[in-house]
Amino acid sequence: MTDATLSFDVAMEKFDPVLGFEVHVELNTATKMFSSAPNVFGDEPNTNVNEVDLGLPGVLPVVNKKAVESSIKIGLALNCRIAESCTFARKHYFYPDTPKNFQTSQYDDPIAYDGFLDVELSDGSIFRVEIERAHMEEDAGKLTHMGGATGRIQGADFSLVDYNRAGVPLVEIVTKPIQGAGSRAPELAKAYVAAVREIVKNLGVSDAKMERGNVRCDANVSLRPYGQEKFGTRSETKNVNSLRAVENAVRFEIQRHAAVLDSGNTIVQETRHWHEDTKSTTSGRPKSDADDYRYFPEPDLLPILATPEWVESLRAELPEPPAARRKRLQADWGYTDLEFRDVVNAGVLDEIEETVAAGASAAVARKWWMGEIARRAKLADVDPVALGVTPAVVVELDALIRSGAINDKLAREVLDGVLAGEGTPADVVQSRGLAVVSDDGVLQSAIDTALAAQPEVADKIRAGKIQAVGAIVGGVMKVTKGQADAGRVRELILKTLGVEG
Amino acid sequence: MTDLIKHSAAALAAKLAAKEVSAVEVTQAHLDRIAAVDGDAEHGVHAFLHVNTEQALAVAAEVDGRRARGGSDAADLHELAGVPIAVKDLIVTIGQPTTAGSKILQGWHSPYDATVVKKLRAARMPILGKTNLDEFAMGSSTEHSAYGPTRNPWDLDRIPGGSGGGSAAAVAAFEAPLALGTDTGGSIRQPGAVTGTVGVKPTYGGVSRYGAIAMASSLDQIGPVSRTVLDSALLHELIGGHDPYDSTSLTDPSTGLVAAARIGNVKGLRIGVVQELGGEGYQAGVLARFNESLDLLRDAGAQIVEVSCPNFVYALGAYYLIMPSEASSNLAKFDGVRFGLRTLPADGAMTIERVMASTRAAGFGDEVKRRIILGTYALSAGYYDAYYGSAQKVRTLIQRDFDAAFAHADVLISPTAPTTAFKLGEKLDNPLAMYLNDVATIPANMAGVPGLSLPGGLADEDGLPIGIQLLAPAREDARLYRVGAVLEELLEERWGGPILNMAPELVATQIMEAK
Repeated sequence: MTDATLSFDVAMEKFDPVLGFEVHVELNTATKMFSSAPNVFGDEPNTNVNEVDLGLPGVLPVVNKKAVESSIKIGLALNCRIAESCTFARKHYFYPDTPKNFQTSQYDDPIAYDGFLDVELSDGSIFRVEIERAHMEEDAGKLTHMGGATGRIQGADFSLVDYNRAGVPLVEIVTKPIQGAGSRAPELAKAYVAAVREIVKNLGVSDAKMERGNVRCDANVSLRPYGQEKFGTRSETKNVNSLRAVENAVRFEIQRHAAVLDSGNTIVQETRHWHEDTKSTTSGRPKSDADDYRYFPEPDLLPILATPEWVESLRAELPEPPAARRKRLQADWGYTDLEFRDVVNAGVLDEIEETVAAGASAAVARKWWMGEIARRAKLADVDPVALGVTPAVVVELDALIRSGAINDKLAREVLDGVLAGEGTPADVVQSRGLAVVSDDGVLQSAIDTALAAQPEVADKIRAGKIQAVGAIVGGVMKVTKGQADAGRVRELILKTLGVEG
Repeated sequence: MTDLIKHSAAALAAKLAAKEVSAVEVTQAHLDRIAAVDGDAEHGVHAFLHVNTEQALAVAAEVDGRRARGGSDAADLHELAGVPIAVKDLIVTIGQPTTAGSKILQGWHSPYDATVVKKLRAARMPILGKTNLDEFAMGSSTEHSAYGPTRNPWDLDRIPGGSGGGSAAAVAAFEAPLALGTDTGGSIRQPGAVTGTVGVKPTYGGVSRYGAIAMASSLDQIGPVSRTVLDSALLHELIGGHDPYDSTSLTDPSTGLVAAARIGNVKGLRIGVVQELGGEGYQAGVLARFNESLDLLRDAGAQIVEVSCPNFVYALGAYYLIMPSEASSNLAKFDGVRFGLRTLPADGAMTIERVMASTRAAGFGDEVKRRIILGTYALSAGYYDAYYGSAQKVRTLIQRDFDAAFAHADVLISPTAPTTAFKLGEKLDNPLAMYLNDVATIPANMAGVPGLSLPGGLADEDGLPIGIQLLAPAREDARLYRVGAVLEELLEERWGGPILNMAPELVATQIMEAK
């Protein structure tokens, strides 16, 4: 069952959207937030755990200093104030992904608060998003519900739990209500999350891979009639895990809210789940502001004291801010404003930087990331970075082209092979036999065959109609399955016919 | 009964060092005693929930081997190496079950050792076994153990105090010279008082809590149980110190405890009598013995002063908000998902919530449920400020009372418990009467200051032991040993020997026949 929606334009005519985001950033510390177990993604389930992560009887947490430093850096990069003293609290709820049945989090005194982030929209304009707070907490384990139709806990035959993620350090960044975005709300949503992702990646505090859940976004949407001060009832769409999905989810929720309100009904305050396949959300659980987590100060931990000296020493370690970095990169690469903005909007700035760093020219890097890779991403309906092409692959493809080993057409086929898991571009060239045919003997016999098959064309060329050579080249390419160097073939045809090119 | 089990830990340590006895002999003597008098849930002392025979003897044999080899193998041995010890079953141990006295942990083996247990192992002290307790340390009589009560060696029809009744009774019954306890509101000191033994709650943070199953994290503290003040000091020094695994453990814990116990001098020391801890509600025999102790200390040169701690009257009420609040949170992890008991619902849907609920319904006893419900309520939105918040304010007031009192006195003194040991079952149906047992011990936990209980004699009306409690400022644990050692010596002079010499002999055959 899908919810009714109004068209986006109609929705925007009638209602003023208000947004809010909670972005969870997984820190890339060596160990977990409160234990010495490794913080590593993708390992065998339940191997990166110790007694603390499993919440066994008798264990105590110890705060990861590195995680606190990363949190302060995030706060500073978001122009926040850093609390001189802050505490952890226990947030209680019974759920099997939370080993202690409470999450150790921060409650009323976050480590960073009162900040802002200037977000650049696609037309180059700047929208300031106010940051309410950024607080530290621990991630939960990962549940996989087996059997049942929905993949949800309801109706599952049984559930598997992997505690490798339990206790991974998280920073939750919460915005103040974002007003005045109007019809740019979906775009702003995507741009905001992209900006946060860029910041934490740039700080080096997170791997910032959305597809791995390193950056996860809960998007709050409410609508109100224009001119009304009071906010409408909000929905919270959980775990929207790609930039495109953030944009689409906000757009969908605006359209859904508008339909509900327009028909005279009221919005239910609830969590929603985003579905990539249907590009829509479905109802989660009702959520009221009165959810009782029975917060109280974590008695096993001491307050975190951030002395001004410590904060300043961390501030001194901050890298170049992304906006300054973008300015520098655009100048280095010589892209036009439009080219550069397209790169930023496609979310491939880092990839191009890495590709250039790995040896490709800026023009080649853009050609690949904004061309073939972007085209494939669009077809697959994923973000370009999620396609699985690495900067190293691009550099290798470029090198193969420049050496004459393959041509552009073959390069696309090589990429097919790489994405199909057949190895490096060189491996694919080898295994699929895709190298350009440069053996003149092979080419000559193909040319002779082609000329013999089309004697009237050969005569035209001999008579000086050089442009007719294309038909022969085409015949040769057909015989060699596109693996010939077209320029070389042309030369050899003219030479065979004794014509000056 | 062999003489070996009657020795203090310090005396055993000296005999072991002099090779007069072997660690295996000492350990075996205690294992034999356990076999003779400990009995089971229905008979005997029942101090132990698990006896660790094999591992204890192996450790003892290793100590003997090192002593025999001599050289650095012998020289590097800790002073207490080869002296056996019992461990409260709230503290996790590899190789033995840890139950916390609860059905919900029946059969559970910890894959890790508590920090204090690591220290015992490093010192090569044979661990005799795990001692009984009120479930999750919730109680003052050890009757709330899911595995049956422990009985007081002075009178097997009476309670040994709680929650650490097992550790206190084991030491009082000469089943172990030393034991570890935990003290959240008096669980080391009150059992010490009613069994005629010594028990110490160190300064909060003085001993690592890592591996002690938490009841109330901001109040819990592991401490020593023994028959002499010096023995507690020896054990306290071994288990104390900073632990990177416990963020609340002090980086500058108290030192010089053993030295203080050996010096024992009270001349010129100001000892403050806490007016609010005495009088109404205290048994006449308890107060009589307490006053005699004051006289002895005065005669020994101490200056006895009166101090007032007016907010102590609110301590019990505030404690019964903070402790259950923290306990309700700490006990949330016992849900049948990852370890311990799992009970499936008898009928209806098999959802995770219902499996958790039926596990907790079947696994927890009434007192534990009572405190979880109290704590859950106290932490609920809308009630938090009125209950938990107010209780924390009382805590601050109690700390201020202590600060003010310690401005006039070097140590404070009071009876440890208002009464001697009561009969098994007597207060089981009256939780409020049960809670009053800890009225004198709770303030120290609320303020984090150290406290020591030592035997003060026998009450005239029932011939049962009473306890004297000494309290010192945070990190000044040494003062407890200094004053405690003097008072112990003066009292033993008066009695003509240790108080436990006056305890009735536990006759093994009676226990066996009763079975």
